[in-house]
Amino acid sequence: MDYQSALAKVKGLGSAKSGTEHWWMQRVTAAALVPLTFWLIGLLDLALNAPYQQTLAWLAAPLHTVAIMTWLILACYHAALGLQVVIEDYVGEAVKIIAIWVVNLTFFMLALAGVLALLRIVIAG
Amino acid sequence: MATHSNRPTSPHLQVYQLPLTGLISISHRMTGVLLSTGLLLLVFLLSAIAGGEQSYLAMQELMSYWILRFIYWGFIYALFFHLCHGVRHLLWDAGQTFERETLDEYAKIELGASLALTLITFIFV
Repeated sequence: MDYQSALAKVKGLGSAKSGTEHWWMQRVTAAALVPLTFWLIGLLDLALNAPYQQTLAWLAAPLHTVAIMTWLILACYHAALGLQVVIEDYVGEAVKIIAIWVVNLTFFMLALAGVLALLRIVIAG
Repeated sequence: MATHSNRPTSPHLQVYQLPLTGLISISHRMTGVLLSTGLLLLVFLLSAIAGGEQSYLAMQELMSYWILRFIYWGFIYALFFHLCHGVRHLLWDAGQTFERETLDEYAKIELGASLALTLITFIFV
């Protein structure tokens, strides 16, 4: 006997209510981060070696601002997804769920802090 | 689940010598965790830029210590290693390069490519 509704069949989701999204987004963010890492290296080199005004001017160029902001947001997402898998593999049942919450909250806040710093640089800098 | 905690786990890491592919696999995970903490440092760096010229120069002075420079280049290598093995994962996900004979070959290409990218960054950037 078939208890699944037509909608449930189309969505392809079981009782977990989520499918391959975690796995898939790990790949999507990875693929996007590969070319964007070019900009990260550019920023790191300037920040460690260049005069202040030169780093500011580079970061304020719209393409650079958007590339660095995207890298940061995707990297935080990618890190949270990856650390979740590590926690699921090594951390015991009781602590697992809370540890994943902590990781997600931490990287959400980290992404916000980074975006805020970038906005301060671009708008106020 | 934890009733037989004295039993050996597989692969038994005390007696089992990991092959090159296995070493790269666990290194991918370890560099992933390491790079996640690196995101904290990146946000710290962006905040130092946003804080004005004084905090920027203080950050640059701090980063001029050789031990921190060394750690910095360790992070750059970890980033490129994780990126190269990540590309390998994407190839696997696309159903490619599973041939047993070429596994070690690809592992060496990954190691060489990550080293080359680090050297290129060190020399040219």
